Order: sequence, then C-alpha cells, then structure tokens
Amino acid sequence: MKILVCVKRVLDPQVKARVKADESGVDLANAKMTMNPFCENALEEALRLREAGIGEEIIVASVGGGKTEETLRHGLAMGADRAIQVVTEETLEPLAIAKVLKQVAEQESVGLVLAGKQAIDDDSNQTAQMLSALLGWSQATYCSEIKIEGDKATVTREVDAGLETIEVKMPAVMSADLRLNEPRYVKLPDVMKAKRKPMDKIELDSLGLDTANRLTTLKVEEPEGRAAGVIVNSVSELVEKLRNEAKVI
Amino acid sequence: MANLVIVEHDNNEVAAATLHAVTAAQQIGGDIDLLVAGENCGAVAEEAAKIAGVSSVKVADDAKFGHHLAENLATLIVEVAAGYSHVLASATTFGKNVMPHAAALLDKAQISEIVEVKSADTFVRPIYAGNALATVQSSDSIKIITVRTIKFEAAAAEGGSANVEAISGGTDTGLSSWVSQAVSSNDQVDLTSAKIVISGGRGMQSGDNFSMLHSVADKLGAAVGASRAAVDSGFVPNEFQVGQTGKVIAPDLYIAVGISGAIQHLAGMKESKVIVAINNDSEAPIFQVADYGLVADLFEAVPELDAAL
Repeated sequence: MKILVCVKRVLDPQVKARVKADESGVDLANAKMTMNPFCENALEEALRLREAGIGEEIIVASVGGGKTEETLRHGLAMGADRAIQVVTEETLEPLAIAKVLKQVAEQESVGLVLAGKQAIDDDSNQTAQMLSALLGWSQATYCSEIKIEGDKATVTREVDAGLETIEVKMPAVMSADLRLNEPRYVKLPDVMKAKRKPMDKIELDSLGLDTANRLTTLKVEEPEGRAAGVIVNSVSELVEKLRNEAKVI
Repeated sequence: MANLVIVEHDNNEVAAATLHAVTAAQQIGGDIDLLVAGENCGAVAEEAAKIAGVSSVKVADDAKFGHHLAENLATLIVEVAAGYSHVLASATTFGKNVMPHAAALLDKAQISEIVEVKSADTFVRPIYAGNALATVQSSDSIKIITVRTIKFEAAAAEGGSANVEAISGGTDTGLSSWVSQAVSSNDQVDLTSAKIVISGGRGMQSGDNFSMLHSVADKLGAAVGASRAAVDSGFVPNEFQVGQTGKVIAPDLYIAVGISGAIQHLAGMKESKVIVAINNDSEAPIFQVADYGLVADLFEAVPELDAAL
C-alpha cells in the first residue's frame, strides 16, 4: 500500500507569532520555520507502518512556495521515499489544499492518506476532513492509535470525552494527534541521503482546479494582553487575595 | 438570513456547547433552526425545542446517525443546509470532526472557531495559538462556521417553544462504524464548564501526585486539568488537556500548578478571569499571565492550600 503524507511548513512552535504593524498578517520574514508538529506525527506513523510491512512507498506532499522544499527534504530525511511539491506562491485555504491533495492521492493511487490534525499557524483543523469528503473515503480524525488489518483499520480517536474507537474501511484519510507516536530525530547521514531522493514539482496552475480563496482577511491584530499581576509571598496571602480581592473562592 | 445549528448530543441530552453556538447564530441574525441527528434521540429534540430563540427543530432519528460518524452525518447536513445562509456548530471535537467534511461536500470554506461576529459575513477567529486575531470576510453563499464556546454566552436552555419536525435523509455511507468509547474513570466536574479549574503540569512528576489537585478541587467544586506535558508523560488521560490543541476554557479562576506556561498551554486558558500560578521557577512564562503568582515548591504549597480552604 502506498501512503501519502500531507505536510505543512509553519512558524516554529517555540517562536511567538508577531503581528505586522500594518495588520496585514503575521510577520514571517526571517522567522524560524519548521514542519508542523502534527504532520511529523503523521509521517512517523507512515514510517512505522512501512516498518511493519503494511506500508510500501511513502510520499510526502506539500503545497507552497520556494522554501516548502526544505520542509519536504526534512520529510525525506525522516524516511519518506519521495516528495511532491505543488508549487504556488499563493496562500491557499484548506478547501483548495484538499482539492490539490485529492488529485495527488488519486494520481498516485495511494491506499492511505495521513495528515496532521491541525496546522499550528492557521489552527483551522479542516484539511483531512475535507480531503476525506472529496475523495469519498473513510475519515478518522485525532488518531492516537492506528491498527490496519487488510481492508479495514481500527482507530482510537482523542475526543473531548476521552477516547473513541472506530473501525474504518480502507482507503481512508486519517489525521494524527500528538499521542499517536513520538517522531524520530533526523540524523546527519539521513539529511545527506534525503538530498538524493526524488522531488517532483508540479505547478498549481497545471492542475486546472478552482482554488480561489473564499475568505478575505481584512485585518490581523494582536489580542489584548493581560495586565501584569502580583507575586504573593505565601499560601495564606494567596487565599486571602482570592477570597477578598478577586472574590473567586 | 437563516441559521442552522447542528446540535451536539449523546442521544439523551443537548450538549452545553450547543447553547453557545445558538448565541453566535443570534448575533448573526435571522431565523434559527436546529438539526438533531441521532438514534432514539426524541428527548434531545424536545429539549432543543425549549432553547430560547429557536424557530424549529429538525429531527433525523435513524441508526445511521447513532454515533455521529462524520461521513453519514455530513450527507444529511449537506441536504438540509441548502435552505440556509449559515450553518454552525460548536468547535468541540464533534463539530470540528463533521463540519469540514460537510463544507467540502458543499464546496464551501469553513470559518473555524469564531470568537466574534462582526456582521453576517465577517467574523473574527484566533490564529497562531491565539497570538493573533484574524478578521475574515466570507464570499460563500452558505457560511460554514464552528464557534469557540468560551467567547459566546450560553443561550437560555428554557423559554422557547419551537416546533419539532421529523425529517429523513442522509446516506449510510458504510465507511465507518463505531466500536467503543473509553469511559473516563474520573467523575469530576466538567472541565469545559467549571467555574474553577486547577491544572497540573510536568512539575507534578507523576499521575499519583494529581491526587493533591483533586483534593483541592473537591473543596472548591473545581475541575482538574493538565498541560500537554502532563498528558504526554502519561500522568492523566487526554481529556484533561488544556491548550491550543486540547480544550480551550475560560473559568472564573484558573490555578496552574507546576506548569511553565508554553504558548500552546496559554492558548487554552488565558481568557480565564483570574489566573493563579504556583511554580518554583520564578522565570517561568506562566507568571507573565498570572494575576497572582506564588514562587514555591508545589509539593509544599498545594497541601498548604488544601489545608487553608
């Protein structure tokens, strides 16, 4: 079974986003970028499926401009077999990304798509679900455990109430939660090896899809900050303040 | 304008989160109808009909909707959505799972986790773990929206008298089937609606040590939460997680114990009215958002707090 892993290049999760002065967006110039953490979980799972003999070829794909290649190279260094970059300088919305990925999944005849449950920049949490809908394949979001046997998979999902287990028919689209696995570290020889792995580039325009954005961002601003608090010196002072000043207990 | 709110429920009761989505619909304006899809969910429909401001409740009572699996439920939403300008659900794992699936079938964008309604087509939503707020305008004929519950008051659960209409429709796609739900062993106060929450982080060192927090929580009528680090370390199950990718909550009082205050954790609790931080590292970022900070060893401070209450 071929596995498609969708990955996104995002601002490093350790870096605090800064809003541009003209309120047009978040300033990413010279910012440290990385593979979205949930996408790393998705890729790690694909690698483990291959190691277990369930997955064969692993393709990492991403939609984006020039530097997207770096993120895909990281995926290749982790262990993916080849990469596909759908090239555009536009910032596409999840619906458009899902349309692009549908085409890639079908062209490559994959049997499973793995994605991160959400990208930590836009926080939309949509692409995997949309891709499942467009492909007409089973959907398993927020996975913390995946067991594939033949033409079906048993998946444990992290939901608000706890853990839900569902059984899905293959092919399927699954989105990874953090507890699915611990992504491996990339070693230097793997980075060198990744440079020689195949990287296909496809121009977005050549796909002939309607990828027009439906939303216009009018403004991006910083939220109101919290006023500085006080340091209390003892538990008794804390309890006194919560009772008499804040009046919350 | 006409709004359709997808009701979240367990076939017995309306989930509290739905009441917040109804309020968002009220702010958009126009009629508000509810869609209850489930199995043997008549009681839910009756309860939903009493929610203030609701015109009608459509009930699709069918085994294929019994466990709210996204593929089946989305086909129904697509059929019903045709008559509406806005389709809303709460941004819980229920809404986040099914709404994008339905949106894609309709070839519409989804506007995720709105925190403010500016007008019928313009909404504010947090991005980058809430470190930025984006105001977005939608050009779609049907706006598919999930609602961040903490930013909208709950609509009154009583006072309405909507008519209830049974509908059929939707497809049994046969793609997924429900197997089981792990019932959480904690019988604690609901984390998302608790007035007071006490959360533990990596500093708790073990799951057993969370009993200290439960003891304080019992005295305060509080819920217990956790940071991602505590969940990843296996101290507590995933449903305890507060943060960007866990639950987003805004209690009156949030007590962070042994939590350093990573951006991702702050995203889940910084809207709390009063924040208390107890941490032995005075440089921990949690102190930058705390109203009251106590630099102390939590293994001394928490028992002392417990005794003082």
